[in-house]
Amino acid sequence: METGMTIGLSHYLSVGAILFTLGVIGIFLNRKNVIIILMSIELMLLAVNINLVAFSSFLGNLEGQIFALMILTVAAGEAAIGLAIVVTYFRNRGSIAVEDINMMKG
Amino acid sequence: MNVLAEYMPLLPEVILFLGTLLLLMTGVFNEQQGAKVVWGLAMPVLGAAIFFLIKDWGVNAVLFNGSFVVDDFARLLKVMVLLGGIVTLYMSVTYLSESGLFKPEYTVLLLFSLLGMMMMLSANDLIAMYLGLEVQSLALYVVASFRRDSVRSSEAGMKYFVLGALSSGMLLYGCSMVYGFTGSINFEDIAKATITEGAPSVGMVIGLVFILAGLAFKISAVPFHMWTPDVYEGAPTPVTAFFAACPKIAAMGLLIRVIHSAFPEMQPQWNQIIIFISIASMLLGAFGAIGQTNIKRLMAYSSIGHMGFALVGVAAGNREGIEGVLVYLMIYLIMTVGAFACILAMRRNEEMVENIEDLRGLSQTNLPAAFMFAMLMFSLAGIPPLAGFFAKFYVFMAAVKADMFVLAVVGVLASVVGAFYYLRIIKIMFFDEPKEGINEMPSQLKIVLGLSGMFVLLYVVYPNPIIDSAKLAAKALLPTV
Repeated sequence: METGMTIGLSHYLSVGAILFTLGVIGIFLNRKNVIIILMSIELMLLAVNINLVAFSSFLGNLEGQIFALMILTVAAGEAAIGLAIVVTYFRNRGSIAVEDINMMKG
Repeated sequence: MNVLAEYMPLLPEVILFLGTLLLLMTGVFNEQQGAKVVWGLAMPVLGAAIFFLIKDWGVNAVLFNGSFVVDDFARLLKVMVLLGGIVTLYMSVTYLSESGLFKPEYTVLLLFSLLGMMMMLSANDLIAMYLGLEVQSLALYVVASFRRDSVRSSEAGMKYFVLGALSSGMLLYGCSMVYGFTGSINFEDIAKATITEGAPSVGMVIGLVFILAGLAFKISAVPFHMWTPDVYEGAPTPVTAFFAACPKIAAMGLLIRVIHSAFPEMQPQWNQIIIFISIASMLLGAFGAIGQTNIKRLMAYSSIGHMGFALVGVAAGNREGIEGVLVYLMIYLIMTVGAFACILAMRRNEEMVENIEDLRGLSQTNLPAAFMFAMLMFSLAGIPPLAGFFAKFYVFMAAVKADMFVLAVVGVLASVVGAFYYLRIIKIMFFDEPKEGINEMPSQLKIVLGLSGMFVLLYVVYPNPIIDSAKLAAKALLPTV
């Protein structure tokens, strides 16, 4: 058996789905640090990019790759704003542990 | 010259964009008076954008290879959003200058988020939709945490950011599935691709569900509402007023455009989802608000409930339903802005007070304000003959005509339960002994409260402009039905 397995669209989609799920789980199960949440968000966006690029290459259609580039750009801006908010929060509260974000409830 | 003429429908966006850049520079290079100048100049910029929107009424155009559509539906919602922006900007000046937050950035960020909303309302493909949403959201994350020295405000910004980014992620995952299964990002092409396939594939359904989840977050419909009370409470009050008015309307318009122009063939699928989130939002809005003591949190639950009522019209899925939603949103916008004018006036000495108890005996210290606020509360509760009653009436009638009796019945029951907490505020204002009085109301707030109070009182006399414009807009979106 020299041919082995070819990597098809479904493999890419599976990777995308797994990464996306990991990102979502990372946001909800993580109790330690807000930075980990930012990383999880980034993971979700990258999972979407894998999906888009895989579809784009499979369909022979460039729109998906353009979409992926747009997402990369926006993700950079989003990370900058997220970190800025984390910094102001740390200045006021002295902690960025997820369990400390509880001033308001109800 | 012909090339430029083709892009004329884009003029309002261009004006807002260039105007905002100019205002940003004005703010940067004018250190003493920057905030005031920028605030003052923002009004004519927004006014010019509204003028050019109204001037071109009835003209339809599709620009940039089908990714940007300008029709009466988009135009009406843009006018509403911009008017909401003008009024909330106008109201916020006293609060901001008294709490030391009056900076040029505030105005500029609000203008950028308004630009994002205009892009959302004209979006006609998945990329334009995502970019519009993000332009709006990124500016809003920052204004939510605008009071940098307050834990509550930065916590509000943080919660809004994390959950907002999560929802963008879900929306994008949905977009990638829809793109993969239709091979196209344009709304019309997606609609065509779903016709030929017959029964929708699992991938399309997953994509639709994820896109709807992302949009439901933006209109704070249950089960994606968790951020709303915290963000409303923590953000500075003028920002809360803006959150309650503009982004909700823009996101609702985008939701309607997506389901009707990209997924008309999947109505059985999205209808179930919309019915579920509509019923859940109405009930949670009604029951969640009962125990609240903070008036901003109460308004958050109230807005969740109102989005549920508006979704009743979306669920009806026909042109009457859309007309109902548009009328609902217009009346909701005016009522919310008026209610927040009163909330912004709740200051005692140097401090902002936010508890409902602080309104005790307002009728004895400031009868006109108490009367207008009471009318707005009656209207929010949906008591005839005020405007809020007709708003609910149109969406429920549309649901009944579409044979969705359960939805209409749950809606009526939820508004009865919801009436309880609105009436409690009125009881506190009129029948409780006054505490220390709250400060004299600034004149801007008097004007806004007076105008919106007059609107809810007099709507019954002359409702035609609102109903006619909603009819035109709904016709532009669904010409054939």
